[in-house]
Amino acid sequence: MSEPVRIGLFVTCLVDLFRPTVGFAAVKLLEEAGCEVHVPVSQTCCGQPAWNSGDRADTADIARQVIAAFEGFDHIVAPSGSCAGMLSKHYPELFAGDAQWEARAVAFAGKVHELVSFLTDVMGLERVAARLDARVTYHDSCSGLRELGIAEQPRKLLATVEGLELAEMKNSNVCCGFGGTFAVKYSDVSNAIVSEKAATIDATEADLLLAGDLGCLLNMAGKLRRNGSKTEVRHVAEVLAGMTDAPPIGGKA
Amino acid sequence: MEITTPQFKQNVTGALADRQLQRALSHVRGNFVGKRAAAAAALPEFEALRDEARNIKNHVLENLDIYLETFEKNVTRQGGKVHWAATASEARGHILDICRKVGARSATKGKSMISEEIGLNAFLEESGIRPVETDLGEYIIQLRGERPSHIIAPAVHVNADQVREDFRRVHTHLPPERPLEEPESLLAEARAILRDQFLSSDVGITGANFLVAETGTSVIVTNEGNGDLTQILPRVHIVIASLEKIVPTLEDMSQILRVLARSATGQEMSVYTTLSSGPKRKGDPDGPDEFHVVLLDNGRSDMIGTEFQDMLRCIRCGACMNHCPVYQAVGGHAYGWVYPGPMGSVLTPQFIGVEKGGNLPNASTFCGRCEEVCPMRIPLPKMMRHWREKEFERHLSPPAHRRNLKAWAWLAKRPGLYRLFTRLAARGLWVLGGAKRRTGFLPMAGAWTRHRDMPTPEGGTFLAQWKAGRHRTGQGTGGAS
Repeated sequence: MSEPVRIGLFVTCLVDLFRPTVGFAAVKLLEEAGCEVHVPVSQTCCGQPAWNSGDRADTADIARQVIAAFEGFDHIVAPSGSCAGMLSKHYPELFAGDAQWEARAVAFAGKVHELVSFLTDVMGLERVAARLDARVTYHDSCSGLRELGIAEQPRKLLATVEGLELAEMKNSNVCCGFGGTFAVKYSDVSNAIVSEKAATIDATEADLLLAGDLGCLLNMAGKLRRNGSKTEVRHVAEVLAGMTDAPPIGGKA
Repeated sequence: MEITTPQFKQNVTGALADRQLQRALSHVRGNFVGKRAAAAAALPEFEALRDEARNIKNHVLENLDIYLETFEKNVTRQGGKVHWAATASEARGHILDICRKVGARSATKGKSMISEEIGLNAFLEESGIRPVETDLGEYIIQLRGERPSHIIAPAVHVNADQVREDFRRVHTHLPPERPLEEPESLLAEARAILRDQFLSSDVGITGANFLVAETGTSVIVTNEGNGDLTQILPRVHIVIASLEKIVPTLEDMSQILRVLARSATGQEMSVYTTLSSGPKRKGDPDGPDEFHVVLLDNGRSDMIGTEFQDMLRCIRCGACMNHCPVYQAVGGHAYGWVYPGPMGSVLTPQFIGVEKGGNLPNASTFCGRCEEVCPMRIPLPKMMRHWREKEFERHLSPPAHRRNLKAWAWLAKRPGLYRLFTRLAARGLWVLGGAKRRTGFLPMAGAWTRHRDMPTPEGGTFLAQWKAGRHRTGQGTGGAS
């Protein structure tokens, strides 16, 4: 038998703090796909808040810490397109021209994947052994979609969940208005955007909204719960792993 | 020109509460987007054309001096004149000189964003020359005393019933009871009024979509034909264009034309593509006696060789704003100066200074849809991030935001402390959320909870549970590694 694939799980700061279930779902999915999962506990955050605030020095400090902790694994997997995009697309940009770190950042970046696309595209996963009797709609989070090309992979696996019916929302590829600190710095604009998103979600009459990024999910869940919508919210990994016992994000509808 | 960009947040509040504006914007959403998508999908080589268009402009920007001089030489050879303008004020001066020399009292104008950038209309009026906008959208906002809210659809924020009121208010020489209910009747009225202006105007001023170096040609694309009448009927034609509009050859122009209209309106081509090469020659049936090109720099050459150079590839199609969730929510006026949307969020700090324009590159979710549709493949989010870096370097970002960021980064660099802090935070927020798993009020997070609930954590952090030996759903063997 060949050596198992050694995965460094980059949990992401939001999953760590708000939604550990997503992390455990990722572990389950990766192990069932035959991976050996490791979780360096020195991990904190990918540095994106600093990067998008123009603070290159702090971003670089954090990035060096992440690279050092994870570069020994065969692959680095994150249950977030946004954080995986930061690690794989922006670290090389950050260290461009840095004699000491550029090559390391590029080598590291080449091994970084978002969870669902890693399962399908690298591990060749065709189906999951999960069941959920629900009408579901899926939001394409921006970074995953545009930086990493994630669109078909989650839909392909969701189609294999027994009992699940996918009801596409209109403009699923349009931003939910989260944008990290944008949601608090320009909260009125963010609210206008997420209100539009909530309306398109409601129009699907779905029981459950799924996406692959917790930031977007917290934003949309917050709006849907405030509106009294009937649609509940979960991370796509929870459904694919069959781990839907925990209450949904933001609680029940 | 009044700049309200520093008050972006107040502008936004007004825009979101403006029901007429929101009604107009609801028509915009989807319209441009669907048409652009269909046009791009219908052309198999569209993505390759985008690469080609990007390469052409990159080549131009590397050799701008050569092509500008070639352009001037070829304009001069054909009997035209190029006027170099380093600043907006110099450009206005050139235009006024030309108008005064021919004793102009009025000037018809084709649509030009450069004219907006240099504040030409107000300046001409102060100088006793009446500017008349002839693009229907520009004409409408001129009547309303407004600025364009979109670079290709200047009156996109106005609804038909508002135009009807404006026409009745301004066109007082027409019978007050005339029917204007049908959009066609509004068009017919504007056409009749503008026809007289075309025929009586002394000078015609147009912008340029391209300046072709090899032939000394200026090129405009329009859908109304007003540009043609503006530049053919008066005795003098003045082109006002910025220097990055240059392309080497007619072949290059036609390459970029193939992505321009498709990206802008979803048309294969605009209805009119008009090429002007010098004044009327002997034997020509029509054309102006004089042909002038005012070439504006206004800080653009400072962008060459910097992280903002790619922005000079912009061909002003408007695709970025059409696809921008922020623009779609608030419209163009909230941006507070001339250029709105993502392209405006990059250009505005360059032109008015990042001290005044800093709001714009910050007011983006970095969703990346602008870059996805930009025909010239300008990395707009990256350019906006560069402005944020400039702000951060110069300590211009809001002190509270900076303090929070620094405190968070300090913590994120200390994993042990970080884990302790997040454990406490997860626990505290979990308690706050209670059985509902959310809270409608969170100290220090009013900007979030004003509009939405805050989902609360599940209790323990992932890392704490993992360290404690929980694995998967609790039955496993994993541990810290």
